[in-house]
Amino acid sequence: MNRAGLSRLQMVLALAAGLTGLVGLVLSLPSLGAAPLLALFFALSTVSLARFVLPLTVWLDGALAVLAAIALLAGLTTGVTLPGHHWLALLAGWAFAWLFVERLAAAIRAGSLPETGTSLLIPTVFGLALLVIWEVVTRGANVPPVILPPPSAIGARFVTEIPILWADFVQTFVKSVLPGYAIGCLAGLGVAILVDRSPFLKAGIMPIGNFMSALPIIGIAPIMVMWFGFDWQSKAAVVVAMTFFPMLVNTVAGLNAASAIERDLMATYAASYRQTLLKLRLPAAAPFIFNALKINSTLALIGAIVAEFFGTPVVGMGFRISTGVGRLAIDLVWAEIAVAAIAGSAFYGVIALIERGVTFWHPSVRGGRA
Amino acid sequence: MNRFIPVLTIVLAILVIWYAAAIPMNAAWQTTLNTRAELVDLSFASFATQTWNQDKPVLPAPHQVVGEIWNATVALEFTSRRSLAFHAWITLSATLLGFALGTVLGVGLAVAIIHNDASDRSLMPWIIASQTIPILAVAPMVVVGLGAMGLTGLVPKSLISMYLSFFPVVVGMVKGLRSPEAIQLDLLRTYDASSWQVFWKLRWPAAMPFLFASMKVGIAISLIGAVVAELSNAAGGGLGVRLLTGSYNGQTVQIWAALFIAAGLAAILVAIVGSAERWVNARMGVRV
Repeated sequence: MNRAGLSRLQMVLALAAGLTGLVGLVLSLPSLGAAPLLALFFALSTVSLARFVLPLTVWLDGALAVLAAIALLAGLTTGVTLPGHHWLALLAGWAFAWLFVERLAAAIRAGSLPETGTSLLIPTVFGLALLVIWEVVTRGANVPPVILPPPSAIGARFVTEIPILWADFVQTFVKSVLPGYAIGCLAGLGVAILVDRSPFLKAGIMPIGNFMSALPIIGIAPIMVMWFGFDWQSKAAVVVAMTFFPMLVNTVAGLNAASAIERDLMATYAASYRQTLLKLRLPAAAPFIFNALKINSTLALIGAIVAEFFGTPVVGMGFRISTGVGRLAIDLVWAEIAVAAIAGSAFYGVIALIERGVTFWHPSVRGGRA
Repeated sequence: MNRFIPVLTIVLAILVIWYAAAIPMNAAWQTTLNTRAELVDLSFASFATQTWNQDKPVLPAPHQVVGEIWNATVALEFTSRRSLAFHAWITLSATLLGFALGTVLGVGLAVAIIHNDASDRSLMPWIIASQTIPILAVAPMVVVGLGAMGLTGLVPKSLISMYLSFFPVVVGMVKGLRSPEAIQLDLLRTYDASSWQVFWKLRWPAAMPFLFASMKVGIAISLIGAVVAELSNAAGGGLGVRLLTGSYNGQTVQIWAALFIAAGLAAILVAIVGSAERWVNARMGVRV
């Protein structure tokens, strides 16, 4: 720490940002009137070098990063590769964003900023910075949209194609994923409870179950398409097969989680097998079961989409992705990816929320970090 | 060894169910064939034998799959386009390259996260979010996209494998590198150890069990990533291509054989990581 209150990494970043701004200012002098915002940013970042004499607030770095983003996005024109000093602005803006995040993290650790709210700000800044860089690089360097479309084009496509995206979502998620997920998880749970009664079966099935969970089960997709036809039934079947084994293995492990002393207590109460199962062992297995439910939530969506590559009616997310690639409608494909990511995260999030409600007693939930 | 008999029993049961299921599943087509050939009054035994030996059965019998695996690996030249060993090698090389890249990336990210508060707070949520993008589902598109940029062959497939396998490694290594307890860190501080020494003498050894557990998951999904990435590029070869062409031509036996080869490959890879784990543990003096 020095007078400006910065660590060594922060000093390097501050110096890099300020000096890049200075160079950018010199380079942009000939075209000063063309991009006034950019010139303003360069000037201000040069001024920020004053921090080595006079401490500057962390929020100023954030404001400079935002100014850089606005200036860069405003300076984008179609069909023209950006001149050199724009790239310097991108570099300086990135340095400011990084510096901002570094100083925020340091301030949170030192306790001078509250944890709630501020800690959400850091990943948000990182994500927005990625989006801005993506937009500026793809449009500024004239990357062909066939290779990587800019986020703005994907967003526009998303909005105009909502009916198609919704139909695909219903076909893939509502018709294939949800029934397959429900059947696979319930079957895994049921078989695990049955197997649990017989040590012989448990000894036989557990190694095979562990082995099966590591296999590329997704490869059965062509077989399922042959057996169950092109429509959602074959996709649901793939999802069932993919979700069954993780559930089986986790539940069997979870049913052993209740300790001997707790089982002894149930025995002294003269509890029946059923009572012990419902009141002790299944609740004790809940963290394991939810672990499997969370793993399966992402597996299920992937399984359904990949299964659609092997044959599908003319609707569905996998169908749209494979034909979109063929027709070079890459922005539609990315919109479909966004739908899949949102659906997958929401599915995972719902299960995580239910888990917090059901396993409120577990140390990992009580500690506040799931 | 007391696990051997139960496992063997279950495997035998699966085989019996498989053979039994093959009869009704292939029966309809076999009946059609027999009617055309004007074969009547077949005994059940010979009808069952027929259903187990069809050319393109709905469900191939186990011995057909084993026979196809034998014919397509040992009986063929390795360089033949029909050799499953050749295709398995293509998939395996992509898997291994992707797994190596993913492990290096994962360990690197974990080290950055451990040593820098800002990267912990900014990276970790996005690493988790990165896995909600079903990259496996868009793997064929990524391969096509990278192909347009001049990247073909092994590299695009390995990148998919890398994307899938770095995640468990990051999560496991962050946990592992943070696993030394405060009292152990304090001891090193009383020794005036540098952060370099703390890393190599305490954090790294403490993270080894976590690393191997993650690597077992990582290598399995690397293989899946490589197989799915192959679906888009029929000319490139690989087990995924065999699955796809088998599916287009109705060659069920070929699909099952490719599937079993992939399964065997996954089992071998996980077993290799497992034995590496035991070797490292033994060298580090871990008593089981």
